[in-house]
Amino acid sequence: MKIGVFVCHCGSNIAGTVDVATVAKEARKMPDVAFASDTMYACSEPGQDGIIEAIKEHKLDGVVVASCTPRMHEPTFRRTVERAGLNKYMFEMANIREHVSWIGKDTEANTAKAIDLVSMAAAKLVHNKGLTPKSFSVNKRVMVVGGGVAGIQAALDCADGGLEVVLVEKTPSIGGKMSKLDKTFPTVDCSSCILGPKMVDIAQHPNITLYTNAEIAEIQGYVGNFDITVNKKASYVDWEACTGCGLCTEKCPSKKSRDVFNEEIGTTTAINIPFPQAIPKKATIDAEFCRKLTNGKCGVCEKICPTKAIRFEQQDEPVSESVGAIVVATGYDLFDHTRYGEYGGGRYADVITSMQYERLLSASGPTGGHVKRPSDGKEPKNVVFIQCVGSRDKSVGRPYCSGFCCMYTAKQAILTKDHMPESQSYVFYMDIRAPGKMYDEFTRRAMEEYGTKYIRGRVSMIYPMGDKYIVRGADTLMGTQVEVEADMVVLAVGAEASKGAPQLAEKLRISYDSYGFYMESHPKLKPVETNTAGVYLAGCCQGPKDIPTSVGQGSASAAKVLALFSKDQLESDPQISEVDIKRCIGCGKCIETCPFGAIEEIDFRGMPKANVIETICQGCGICTSTCPQGAIQLQHFTDNQILAEVNVLCQQTLQQSFE
Amino acid sequence: MSADAATELRIVGFLCNWCSYGGADTAGVGRFQQPTDLRVIRVPCSGRIDPLFIMKSLINGADGVLVSGCHPRDCHYSEGNFYARRRLEALKNFLPILGIDERRFSYTWVSASEGQKWQTVVSKFTEEIHELGHAPQINAERLAQAKAAMAAM
Ligand SMILES: Cc1cc2nc3c(=O)[nH]c(=O)nc-3n(C[C@H](O)[C@H](O)[C@H](O)COP(=O)(O)OP(=O)(O)OC[C@H]3O[C@@H](n4cnc5c(N)ncnc54)[C@H](O)[C@@H]3O)c2cc1C
Ligand code: SF4
Ligand code: SF4
Repeated sequence: MKIGVFVCHCGSNIAGTVDVATVAKEARKMPDVAFASDTMYACSEPGQDGIIEAIKEHKLDGVVVASCTPRMHEPTFRRTVERAGLNKYMFEMANIREHVSWIGKDTEANTAKAIDLVSMAAAKLVHNKGLTPKSFSVNKRVMVVGGGVAGIQAALDCADGGLEVVLVEKTPSIGGKMSKLDKTFPTVDCSSCILGPKMVDIAQHPNITLYTNAEIAEIQGYVGNFDITVNKKASYVDWEACTGCGLCTEKCPSKKSRDVFNEEIGTTTAINIPFPQAIPKKATIDAEFCRKLTNGKCGVCEKICPTKAIRFEQQDEPVSESVGAIVVATGYDLFDHTRYGEYGGGRYADVITSMQYERLLSASGPTGGHVKRPSDGKEPKNVVFIQCVGSRDKSVGRPYCSGFCCMYTAKQAILTKDHMPESQSYVFYMDIRAPGKMYDEFTRRAMEEYGTKYIRGRVSMIYPMGDKYIVRGADTLMGTQVEVEADMVVLAVGAEASKGAPQLAEKLRISYDSYGFYMESHPKLKPVETNTAGVYLAGCCQGPKDIPTSVGQGSASAAKVLALFSKDQLESDPQISEVDIKRCIGCGKCIETCPFGAIEEIDFRGMPKANVIETICQGCGICTSTCPQGAIQLQHFTDNQILAEVNVLCQQTLQQSFE
Repeated sequence: MSADAATELRIVGFLCNWCSYGGADTAGVGRFQQPTDLRVIRVPCSGRIDPLFIMKSLINGADGVLVSGCHPRDCHYSEGNFYARRRLEALKNFLPILGIDERRFSYTWVSASEGQKWQTVVSKFTEEIHELGHAPQINAERLAQAKAAMAAM
């Protein structure tokens, strides 16, 4: 075999602490290496052209590039090699940037390590085989999980692009957090006026199937062909029959039920339509509060319903859907402010969360848009806002910035003044973070035009004093302690990963960070892709972000899906397992261990043998380490290939120890 | 060709592509400095790691072997790391029988976001191997013994 080795400088990224010329020189001495050189930027056009030229000139059979991580440029260089007429699997990469130059400063040690990594790659390459992808057909339907603004945007863009879309939302209505907002920064336009029409479009779009009050139970398959079981939760109402007239909610005697939409400011009835603009506008019974479902007495709604839609006996119902791609847009949850005991959240009636305040400001909210104190219904005069409640605070395990709280606090301070011109707002903040377009101007308006008093410092405690509250904190700019008398305190609670996010990630086989936010494939260059082909991210499930960015990501993920589906056939990754029928003894151990059910037993001249179903195998290689005969081998990561790496790494040490 | 043998030992790392290899990349991107002794072999999943690879490394003269995969329940292939854990645990008990100090082998879980953790894991393991020093010389007799034991595995 004739191998070519290309050692990349990556500018000074690698060449700064690795003697690349020496690596190339040493590479020339390695077995099977016919050519080696160093190159400024291997991935650049001249760099790739140089590789192609060398392959042709020296009639190379395989190539090793020593540069950055294969997780970044393996596909790039595989294409390069292919352009030169080689099979693209006759290529190996040595990671001498992330694993060498960036983590060590000693040039001598780094150079030695880089040489080792190159010799391992070359040794593996000797055992490589050209592999050919097979093509398979794509099911051009897409599932969007989560019906917040990000999911809504993704679903509409896909549907407008001609795709069939299945939208799955776990609550009874789509809309997410945005549907609860009164107005939105930085334009202060009405939230439901811009979201409402989009929600209606979802309901009316001929390409969209909507499941609300539903969750993902199971996901099987792979890009192009996912099989998903959706669990439609019992609503105890036949939604085909329900017209959303609302008679049942008027008559329901259980008036003290949990009002999820209004953030539990106020109560609702056990059978309810979450809010007037809900999509779909259908009634759902909260089983926990329904008198009929809890103790068998009542059934008023059943009697009153003009369309006879009530079904107390309804059960959860699984439905199967097949799609080719999945967009995840499950959003975020709000931090539980009762964890800050010193703020009295949960104990003091007039210390509320920002989202609760948003409902008080909203004309469709429980107070009809009049700001009233929950304790006595009086209009507050002094309103104190406290930022970073559950953000940028290591002590509660939330060291990250939630991104939008500075902005929505400014918005709420502005709206407070609009609602109550006599009021005075105070904001305790750590830093103002307002990097979006027109954002900084917006927070300044809150201060300058609306007279909001901004105090830089953390609040140490809140305590009641008569029918008011004293908010005590530090003013770190003045270097003094301050006390502000408040009629009402609003806690700007931060964002955290949506409940159940890790469990959903496990079903999707995608990664999440230590806080439960989903991980993108590359933080800069693949912000909506995941490492699982065909699964994309949109909105706050990937990390806290505002509405414009969530919408942008929704559209971006839709574009990715449309691009994926622009082909009728996809190529399968040929790095899958293969059975050597002569070696296989038909013990079935691999069949038992394969997590994907990708191995079947076949009859071969009267003998049982294992057979890999190509389209299902994911290429993990669990079977290969299980087979007692070494009969089933994961292509591109065969025993021989991995042991070749082990051998070059350890042999010399072994020789030394014999000396 | 090898680094100064007096200062550097031979440590082989087997890393799964999705979590730990990504974590090692993250450590690189974050410029988290680490000792240079460890060389990484990339595999798709920790479930792909045959205990034989580790045995071969140790018998062939590696001073230490570190395996790292995705956290349990966070495997790209659903359950590969559960298989890995079972196999590696068995191997751990088996090493002393072959006359290999089991401290020369360790396995851990590091996710793609845990660059800092990877730095700590590598630094700590390298330090431990340095405390143990070079693996004892392997003579022909012990090699034969080990091979026989491996064949029986
Ligand atoms: C008080 C407050 C005020 C704000 N004001 C503004 C503002 O003025 N301007 C602005 O730009 N941003 C504002 N924001 C930020 C805004 O809320 C977010 O940017 C936006 O809601 C993100 O949308 P999303 O679709 O990603 O998530 P979400 O709105 O959280 O939607 C996610 C949806 O997914 C559903 N879901 C969750 N898990 C599952 C599952 N497993 N299966 C199915 N469905 C699931 C949820 O029920 C929800 O409907 C504010 C935030 C707060 C807290
Ligand atoms: S590599 Fe083996 S265990 Fe993994 S999916 Fe393919 S057949 Fe199943
Ligand atoms: S484990 Fe090996 S021998 Fe047993 S059935 Fe699978 S391939 Fe054949």
